[in-house]
Amino acid sequence: MAAIEAAELRRTYKTHTGTFRRRAKEIEAVRGISFAVEPGELFGLLGPNGAGKTTTIKMLITLLIPTGGSARVLGLDVVHQAREVRKRIGYVFGGERGVYERLSGYDNLRYFAELYGVPAREQKRRIEELLELVGLKGREQERAEGYSRGMKQRLHVARGLLHDPEVLFLDEPTIGLDPVGAREVRATIASLTEAGKTVLLTTHYMFEADALCDRIAVISKGSIVAEGTPLDLKRGVAQGSVVEVEVFGIADEALERVRALGGVVAVAIEEREQAQVLVVQTEPDVELTQAILSHLNGSDVGRISRREPTLEDAYVALVSE
Amino acid sequence: MSSLRLLGVSWWLQFKMIMRSPFDGIGNVIYPLFFATTAFFVFRAGDSPRTLIYASFGAAVMGMWSSVSTSAGSAMQRERWWGTLELLVTTPRHFSLILLPTTLGLATVGIYNLAATLLWGRFLFGVHLTIAHPLLFALAILGTVLSFAGLGFLFAVSFVRFRAAWVLGNFFEYPVWLICGFLVPLSFLPGWVHPISWALAPTWGMSAIRESALGGSPLPDIGACVGLGLGYVVVGVLVTDRVLRAARVSGSLSLT
Ligand SMILES: Nc1ncnc2c1ncn2[C@@H]1O[C@H](COP(=O)(O)OP(=O)(O)OP(=O)(O)O)[C@@H](O)[C@H]1O
Ligand SMILES: [Mg+2]
Repeated sequence: MAAIEAAELRRTYKTHTGTFRRRAKEIEAVRGISFAVEPGELFGLLGPNGAGKTTTIKMLITLLIPTGGSARVLGLDVVHQAREVRKRIGYVFGGERGVYERLSGYDNLRYFAELYGVPAREQKRRIEELLELVGLKGREQERAEGYSRGMKQRLHVARGLLHDPEVLFLDEPTIGLDPVGAREVRATIASLTEAGKTVLLTTHYMFEADALCDRIAVISKGSIVAEGTPLDLKRGVAQGSVVEVEVFGIADEALERVRALGGVVAVAIEEREQAQVLVVQTEPDVELTQAILSHLNGSDVGRISRREPTLEDAYVALVSE
Repeated sequence: MSSLRLLGVSWWLQFKMIMRSPFDGIGNVIYPLFFATTAFFVFRAGDSPRTLIYASFGAAVMGMWSSVSTSAGSAMQRERWWGTLELLVTTPRHFSLILLPTTLGLATVGIYNLAATLLWGRFLFGVHLTIAHPLLFALAILGTVLSFAGLGFLFAVSFVRFRAAWVLGNFFEYPVWLICGFLVPLSFLPGWVHPISWALAPTWGMSAIRESALGGSPLPDIGACVGLGLGYVVVGVLVTDRVLRAARVSGSLSLT
């Protein structure tokens, strides 16, 4: 039995546009996605802003009722057996919200321990353990309003683990953290699968997904556009190669002309310190460097390089289709 | 058993949060005293000392009601802002068990409003109060707190679904003063208002507090007050499931 199973899961939101002449509008946030996560697996949902990652997670954790399809967590239906599902899952989202700022870190955990029905005898020991795990030991009596972002985030992780859930849902758990803080949270996540937990993780960061996930589903505009191990996804574009050209301001028409070239798979612009970098993925065995440069005749060009595709390139190719 | 513990622990944590909030703190201290002062001035103009005593209890319960109705109204809105509402909903507890201690915590703060108003009257306006039945008086206050918590709970449940409903708390703040006889006896009100007054627990709480202080028989009033309070809780618990389901269908839990 899969730990998490989504079948043709669908969700639309009804919203209104306009202030005076209100018109109902439907947003299709998730358009029939199916996937399965095996017990003990760390599964990544990767996708750009607004792709439907959070919406998918919220349906799985019983916060949203799907408008179509069905989903099971540990074999339990997320709509009809919501309470049973809730007992067995943990939910952590990124950012600074979701903390009672006026309570101490300890009291925050104590409240949720009570809500999750952690037996009174075990609460103290469990909270101490988790404070140790997330590295908040010694700061737990301070009010959470004085915590740094990273500390709040780690408090979140501790909260999500209080009742020792079998399945964890982590929605961008490293967002807004500095590199050191993010690495610590990542190490904690890695240790979760070692302890046998099933984890569903969403992130924008390719390297994070690459480093942590056993399998990844790339979701774009509410649909899954690719699924597989990080290696599979890289292999999808591995036959091609990537040309990077440093440019200093590039016209939209020039970009369109490059995109229209035969043999080009995907084109993206990345902002680096001083310049922009035009990243062009090409099909295997085509040499497009000259052709690309000829379309950039108007603009200043810096360093030019060719390299092997990374997971990030695979991702860009997938979501820009 | 574990539900009782949950009620206790979360009541205590809620209480802590309220007492630590400078904004709520100042609001809770200042506003009721303004109301009380107005009431004292108005009633001092009359010449009967009994009227003044009547008014000072009225002002005290008024302060209590104001703080409960407005804060219970915004309690869910605050959870939305903090981003904690969704976290609460993903726990396996029945949501009413989470909500009830919140409004109970808010109502407890009301006791403080009551005491502050009575002391204010005592020291600034020289209103000497003698409590005829201290034990029954305490019981009447307890009953009033419980019924306010019940009514606040009913408000709060509706706010989970209807985001604009926090206005309702403010909307109910003043009419209740009048309809429940805080300042003027019910007999002054037109007959058609009476059934509304009788359905509202604050009416009976107010009456119980006065009866026990002035030496009447408050027990029936206490009974009616607590009974109605429990009735609100039962209704609230029954609608909680529907309200939450509707919020999960519309996706309004995450909106602020
Ligand atoms: N409560 C809501 N009401 C209306 N529309 C919503 C609501 N929540 C999300 N949406 C819309 O649904 C779509 C998917 O949003 P979702 O939050 O699932 O994306 P996401 O992949 O998590 O994006 P991000 O990476 O920015 O977090 C978006 O177009 C968003 O505007
Ligand atoms: Mg999201």
